Amino acid sequence: MVQVRMESNLLGTNDLLARNNRRNFARRRLLVINLMSSPGSGKTTILEKTIENLNGKLNLGVIEGDLYTDRDAQRIEQKGVKVVQINTEGACHLDAGMVDKAFHNLPDGPLELLFIENVGNLVCPAEFDLGEDYKAVVMSTTEGNDKPVKYPLIFREAKVVLLNKIDLLPYTNFSLQQFREDLAQINPMASVFYISGRTGEGISEWNDWLLEEVRSKRA
Amino acid sequence: MHELSLMQSVTELVKESALQNNIHKISKVKLVVGKFSMALPDSLQFAFAAIAAVEPLLEAAVLEIELRSVICRCLECNIRTEIDENYSFICSNCASVSLEIIQGRELYLDYYEGE
Repeated sequence: MVQVRMESNLLGTNDLLARNNRRNFARRRLLVINLMSSPGSGKTTILEKTIENLNGKLNLGVIEGDLYTDRDAQRIEQKGVKVVQINTEGACHLDAGMVDKAFHNLPDGPLELLFIENVGNLVCPAEFDLGEDYKAVVMSTTEGNDKPVKYPLIFREAKVVLLNKIDLLPYTNFSLQQFREDLAQINPMASVFYISGRTGEGISEWNDWLLEEVRSKRA
Repeated sequence: MHELSLMQSVTELVKESALQNNIHKISKVKLVVGKFSMALPDSLQFAFAAIAAVEPLLEAAVLEIELRSVICRCLECNIRTEIDENYSFICSNCASVSLEIIQGRELYLDYYEGE
């Protein structure tokens, strides 16, 4: 009987590819945000509203991750932004290899800000580094205020949290106070924006923040 | 959710190494899994059993999982705090919220045994 020591990180291949992506993005001084949420919380609608509101102030690109279909990419393309769709064909998250491939398939031209819209899932995407500058988590009032305590890793990892469907707040049992208290325990450093992808509420504050982040990245 | 593909990576790593080390029968595979990784021990065991059923090298193997708790180091006072299931990231010594996770995100193949 022999014992063979391995000490092999099971996500080692992904981490290596993510480091390559990060180097590649940094060389272009490109700000990259990994946008994550549960299905149906409004990531694509937020992106549409963000693109409209920025109104050409930034050179934007979007990598759309979905299990199937290119519906989201079509929606983004209609807004006149560079976009490429990844279909994971059932896989529950994007990985750094998929992002590298997609990035090289983006139409040519200047880019300052790249959104990677991850597969709708609050579990697995949290664990896969894509080489992004940071993670942004979207949650919506209709999902209930207990998401941060139920999915602590993704909320801990996020630099920014977007609370969407804020216009529907009066019609839900969502407790803003409990949400703030829970998030303060898990991730007190996170920036929080209260927005509505439908009405556009809060989008300009979120965009001002994005403009500032891009500015400091390129400074 | 992706425990099966994780166990497939484990199998590949073990198979390749076993071939190099002239090992034909594996009796134990040991993983280290942090509580703040998204891999569930039960699902890993289930995936391992599914793979071992069709992989002769692993048919007699058991999977041992060492679960590691989440531990943070305070960036203000350097004291370590173990984070419980409430996931309250606050230093137990100085109440600072500037904490760095130093344990609990592990997900690695530690060793295997065989002959």
